[in-house]
Amino acid sequence: MRLLILLLNRELALAWARGGGPLLAMGFFTAAVVMLPLSLGPEPARLARVAAGAAWVLLALASLLSLDRMFEPDFEDGALDLLILGPLPLEAVAAVKCLAQWLVTGAPLALAAPIGAIALGAKPSSAVLVAATAALGGLAFAFLGGAGAALALASRRGGLLIAVIVLPLLTPPVIFGGAAIDNFQSGLPWLTPYSLLAAYALAATALTPFAIAAACRNAAS
Amino acid sequence: MITAVALEDLAVQRGERVLFSKLSARIVAGEAVALTGANGAGKTTLLRVVAGLTAPLTGAVAFESAQGKLSHEDARREACHLVGHQDGLKSARRAGAELAFQVRWTGGDLARAEDAAARLGLTRLLQLPVRVLSAGQRRRLALARLIASPRPLWLLDEPLSPLDADSRALFGEIMGEHLAGGGLILAAVHDPLPLPAREIRVGA
Repeated sequence: MRLLILLLNRELALAWARGGGPLLAMGFFTAAVVMLPLSLGPEPARLARVAAGAAWVLLALASLLSLDRMFEPDFEDGALDLLILGPLPLEAVAAVKCLAQWLVTGAPLALAAPIGAIALGAKPSSAVLVAATAALGGLAFAFLGGAGAALALASRRGGLLIAVIVLPLLTPPVIFGGAAIDNFQSGLPWLTPYSLLAAYALAATALTPFAIAAACRNAAS
Repeated sequence: MITAVALEDLAVQRGERVLFSKLSARIVAGEAVALTGANGAGKTTLLRVVAGLTAPLTGAVAFESAQGKLSHEDARREACHLVGHQDGLKSARRAGAELAFQVRWTGGDLARAEDAAARLGLTRLLQLPVRVLSAGQRRRLALARLIASPRPLWLLDEPLSPLDADSRALFGEIMGEHLAGGGLILAAVHDPLPLPAREIRVGA
């Protein structure tokens, strides 16, 4: 446990040091929310209809931004070897790294998401649900993104590979999350898509550390 | 505590190419072995095989301890130090923070990390970011981990190359103490180690 916290602290410090941590994803999200009405036109009714879906697409894209920095630097500077030689199983290391990724991008985005969605015209009463779905979706994005980043290690054009691997995996949470908010706003049952989103996020959290550890071992050998 | 490492009929591959085969050797506690060989002969790969990072093409590495055979997992997690050209030190972080993490991660504690830094003349550098350290200072920082966390098997990839004469002598002294305490050293070198060592030629 002491070692898990030690590693988490280091990962958070590194995430802050490279690319300003949460600022990059937040900046991207904010800029996109500001620009969307400019490109769609200012009619509130039209914006409100796409608000939930657009916010979710932006969340997914914002969480893609820093993925190529999750494992690649460790692989190149030898830190991955040191992590493998450490006392914890590599699966635990992978989970901690993904959790750090979530804390640095997913959690701040979950706080920004309601503001963005409401600014686009979502009902203010949906703010809590937007934040809750964004937090869960962000968890899925961080862990699945970590799997994509680890699989792309040691390959040329890794950034492109990550996007190709990860985007299809990010589609289900975008569908479930957008549907939960849409249903809530139009008075339909929203718990079903929300539960599916939660199930998807938890499955990703539980399974991807094994895939990440295997991919890292393979890349290091 | 490891008492011996046995390399049994190892063949090692890098990419599609077999670097060497039929390498057998036994290193016992208190012994230093210098791996020599031309560039690209497979010295670094052999160190990574012993550390359990890379699988050999054929053959095996066996670890023996006072309690009998030691599994690869346990050896990797508790007994091996690997210091190579890629030291895993993050250039944006402070040297002291990186040393503290590496030492605690490999089973040492902060008091020993400070002692090791003092021994290697790093105390005044610990506040600086790793980025501004010279190659030799950076290598000394990486070596401080060896002294501060108690792991018996040191796998060193050209440990002396960036060090100045004084630091080489000092590190020779430190290696001597490690051997006297029952440690094992396997070092890939081009220049002779500053202490008596058995030579194993790789890829000849």
